Amino acid sequence: MIEVRDLCKTFKVARREAGFGQAVKALFHREYEYIHALDGVSFSIGDGEMVGYIGPNGAGKSSTIKILSGILTPDGGECRINGRVPWKDRVKHVREIGVVFGQRSQLWWDVPVADSFDLLKEIYAVPASTYHKNVDELTELLNLQDLLRTPTRQLSLGQRMRCEIAASLLHSPKILFLDEPTIGLDAVSKLAVRDFIKRLNQERHTTVILTTHDMQDIEALASRILLIGKGRILLDGDLSDIHRGGEQIDETVAELYKRFDVT
Amino acid sequence: MRKYLAFFRLRFNMGLQYRAAALGGLVCQFFWGAMAILAFKAFHDTDPAAFPMSLPAMASYIWLQQALLTLLSMMGIDNEFFSVIENGNVAYELCRPVDVYGMWFTRSAATRVSNALLRCVPVLLVTALIPAPYGLMAPPDLPTFLWFLLSLALALAVITAMGMIVYMITFHTITPRGVRLIAVNICDFFSGGIVPLPFFPEGFRQFSELLPFSATANVPLRIYSGDLCGPEMVRLMLLQVFWAAALIAAGKLIKQRELRRVTIQGG
Repeated sequence: MIEVRDLCKTFKVARREAGFGQAVKALFHREYEYIHALDGVSFSIGDGEMVGYIGPNGAGKSSTIKILSGILTPDGGECRINGRVPWKDRVKHVREIGVVFGQRSQLWWDVPVADSFDLLKEIYAVPASTYHKNVDELTELLNLQDLLRTPTRQLSLGQRMRCEIAASLLHSPKILFLDEPTIGLDAVSKLAVRDFIKRLNQERHTTVILTTHDMQDIEALASRILLIGKGRILLDGDLSDIHRGGEQIDETVAELYKRFDVT
Repeated sequence: MRKYLAFFRLRFNMGLQYRAAALGGLVCQFFWGAMAILAFKAFHDTDPAAFPMSLPAMASYIWLQQALLTLLSMMGIDNEFFSVIENGNVAYELCRPVDVYGMWFTRSAATRVSNALLRCVPVLLVTALIPAPYGLMAPPDLPTFLWFLLSLALALAVITAMGMIVYMITFHTITPRGVRLIAVNICDFFSGGIVPLPFFPEGFRQFSELLPFSATANVPLRIYSGDLCGPEMVRLMLLQVFWAAALIAAGKLIKQRELRRVTIQGG
């Protein structure tokens, strides 16, 4: 159970025009702007739900995920996940969640992927039997056979992404946060990852929260959609709420962003 | 405990991955050590009476320093944490179910130990074969050697705790460039990395010995070479204990503050 109420987060950003003169000026005087990344976000998500969290660039999607995974401390508001406040009870909280940040890497760069997996096993203290079962299953479903023995730095983006997803699931988390998990995947891998997430949700009842700009991900996966823009939740519903006859999903969503004036 | 051993194993594997780097480091250490000993020999020959250490002790000090460089100097700091802070992968570090301070402390200590294990053996073996007064001599007696080992462990704790503070400052500045440079140079100078502390002028030497930097390489290296013994040794080792505790406490405090305001920039 995830409950979020009135979450607020403000970032201070230094801004200046391009050019040498401006750079010198900024040495003495900085102009800061306060960006309200989250401006009173509230929602609640039940166990076993699969939610697509969408919104234009800079809407606050990643900030929300970071707060939910206990990394970021919000300026205000409440959040409880299975009864715990993520940023206060971080260690206990993160034991039960898995996170994939599509733009970051959790695999150790210089050693084969399997070495990274072994280390994660120890960090999460996963029992050997569970671990081997999970690795076998993930290897088969995500097609990792040859990848496990390759050093991370020699994997392509899509290959690495599949390994990243597997790495986040070694400890059988109850909740999975996916922050743009299909970046850089080829068509076959994309389909494999989608199938895989769907199975995970159906068979293990893992709660999945997914941010993405690939609307086909949303179409294929999300039974519920949360739309965020300018730090606020604008819509909470399912595909049929935003779908209009005959249009492609990308056009539909673009239209939606325009309607809410969040482009 | 098992997770910490696992870190150590992974580190060791990584160290083995880079054979050329280890070889290059070794060559550099032999060359540097030989150069330093020749320079100090020149000073010694000018006026042996003014030389504060014996020449064989000096040679032992330098070879041991070279053998344990990655273990005890600030240069041996684990760069992995600088890059995870800079590139934002620290996000993953923060979603592991372990205390960040404890995990990073053990990991950076593991890096130091495994790097040193890979490199110290050839240096120790070869320099032990060089004839006196230029080679590495055995410690004066067994108790001295045991004191040396104890002080070595304390020095490792102090330098690692100091490195943790450097990481925590990097959380604030985001780039490690400035802090790292300052830390490496100050620590190198005040721990006797460039000139051993006995060579410092009176007064300034006593002052330097009180600083946390001297609680690192300075103490074990001087114990081994027989330069430091008796009550003076006990006093400096107690200072090591004090600095290890103080720096760890300070590091944990800064960590609390920094983690509360950490933001992972850029999506």
